[in-house]
Amino acid sequence: MPNTGAEHIVTAYSEELLSLAQSIAEMGGLVEVAVENGTRALIKLDRELADVTIIADQRIDDMQRRIDEMAVSMIARRQPMASDLRAIITAIHVAGDLERIGDMAKQLARRSLKIEGINLQPTFYNGVKNMTALVLRQVKDALDAYGNRDAAAAIEVCNHDDEVDAMHTSLFRELLTYMMEDPRNITTCTHLLFCAKNLERVGDHATNIAERAYYLATGKQLTPEVQELQRQQIKI
Amino acid sequence: MDLLANKTKPPVTKPLNAPLDPLDMLEPNIRLTARDVTVHYGAKQALHGISIDIPDRAVTAFIGPSGCGKSTFLRCINRMNDTIEGAKVGGRIELDGQDIYAPDLDVVELRARVGMVFQKPNPFPKSIYDNVAYGPRIHGLARSKADLDEIVVSSLRKAGLFEEVKDRLNEPGTGLSGGQQQRLCIARAIAVGPEVILMDEPCSALDPIATAIIEELIDELRTNYTIVIVTHSMQQAARVSQKTAFFHLGNLIEQGDTEEIFTNPVNKQTQDYIMGRIG
Repeated sequence: MPNTGAEHIVTAYSEELLSLAQSIAEMGGLVEVAVENGTRALIKLDRELADVTIIADQRIDDMQRRIDEMAVSMIARRQPMASDLRAIITAIHVAGDLERIGDMAKQLARRSLKIEGINLQPTFYNGVKNMTALVLRQVKDALDAYGNRDAAAAIEVCNHDDEVDAMHTSLFRELLTYMMEDPRNITTCTHLLFCAKNLERVGDHATNIAERAYYLATGKQLTPEVQELQRQQIKI
Repeated sequence: MDLLANKTKPPVTKPLNAPLDPLDMLEPNIRLTARDVTVHYGAKQALHGISIDIPDRAVTAFIGPSGCGKSTFLRCINRMNDTIEGAKVGGRIELDGQDIYAPDLDVVELRARVGMVFQKPNPFPKSIYDNVAYGPRIHGLARSKADLDEIVVSSLRKAGLFEEVKDRLNEPGTGLSGGQQQRLCIARAIAVGPEVILMDEPCSALDPIATAIIEELIDELRTNYTIVIVTHSMQQAARVSQKTAFFHLGNLIEQGDTEEIFTNPVNKQTQDYIMGRIG
């Protein structure tokens, strides 16, 4: 993923950087599928899919270890500089965030195994589905911003995190209502509260990835001040 | 009219409770200033108008591929190019505001103020003591033997060599290891009380341990001297310097804070060079 259009004199170095970027993209794909499966297992109470999701998380963990090892090896052997150094350091961070998203998906699957049948309003399930769709879009957009080194797209992702938070608050209120209506719902609704929180955390990790993408593209940290400045420019 | 003009001007002095601007505090003193410096070797132009400010009490590193002009420029700073036949230097270089190419300038005195350490350690075929004492003797810096002894010991101490050689000051300098010889050359440069120390790839002939010792020494020396170092090792430039300048084909392409140059350089040529890429 050369950003200056120039190739490394040592071709193996270019190949290693490319392989690192490909590994992140591959890990991103696995994580997206995991979140999707975790939510589906929860909504449909599909035990088989839940088991598959839990087992698949091991592969995501393995990939994170592999990316860490590749990065450490490149730092030791190649003494990376400038955008190469940023690419390697951000790969370590992004792999960490992706691994955490994988854990969130695993949590969704695990909790689905604990939930007995419960009749909630269809609006609730729609809310969970919509929130999942939104956080998955956030993860995908963040990974695209990372892959394309697109600072503007990275800021967009960060700005959309408020929507995820709003959805989480809405689900939280809805679940409280169910619990107040019938105390027998409390156990299940508590599990579902944690699930909503897990999805909200996925959104936070997507924001982290976007912040890394911004740093990779510009060499500067994406601070709240930069985000605010960008918002004001859009308003103007 | 003037009164009116003054009324519209903002107050010049900052209120006492105004936040301190960190840039005000960090702004270093400029020791050396070069403007539009050109060098011709006969018909061939080696430097194409170099302009740079070199700060006091800091290490400035010159990096760039072989033949880019970094050593040529370094040699302009203490007029070493004067000794090369056919070399012609243009532009202006000032040390503390004084034009070092002024016709009435004493070149020998300039070279005492601007010391130089070379790629290959080049001690004189004399004792360790005499290597260091040579400069102070010819410049008449010591009034007595005791004075001279003190200069030699303090220079060797500053160069981090004294403890290793204190029992054999009368043995030949050429008998020391490569790293020790280089530190002896640094002690020799320090002995005449320079303000600026130029180093032309001072570690390229040394092993990693000797290199680390010299780098540690450079870091200590920068609290008292202006240091300019030419190096082929970008890692070394990143480790020891506070400012970095990148030269390419006789031009100064980019200069700035070392941290910026190595993490987020502006110029594409700089980026490609430090990352080891071909444009």
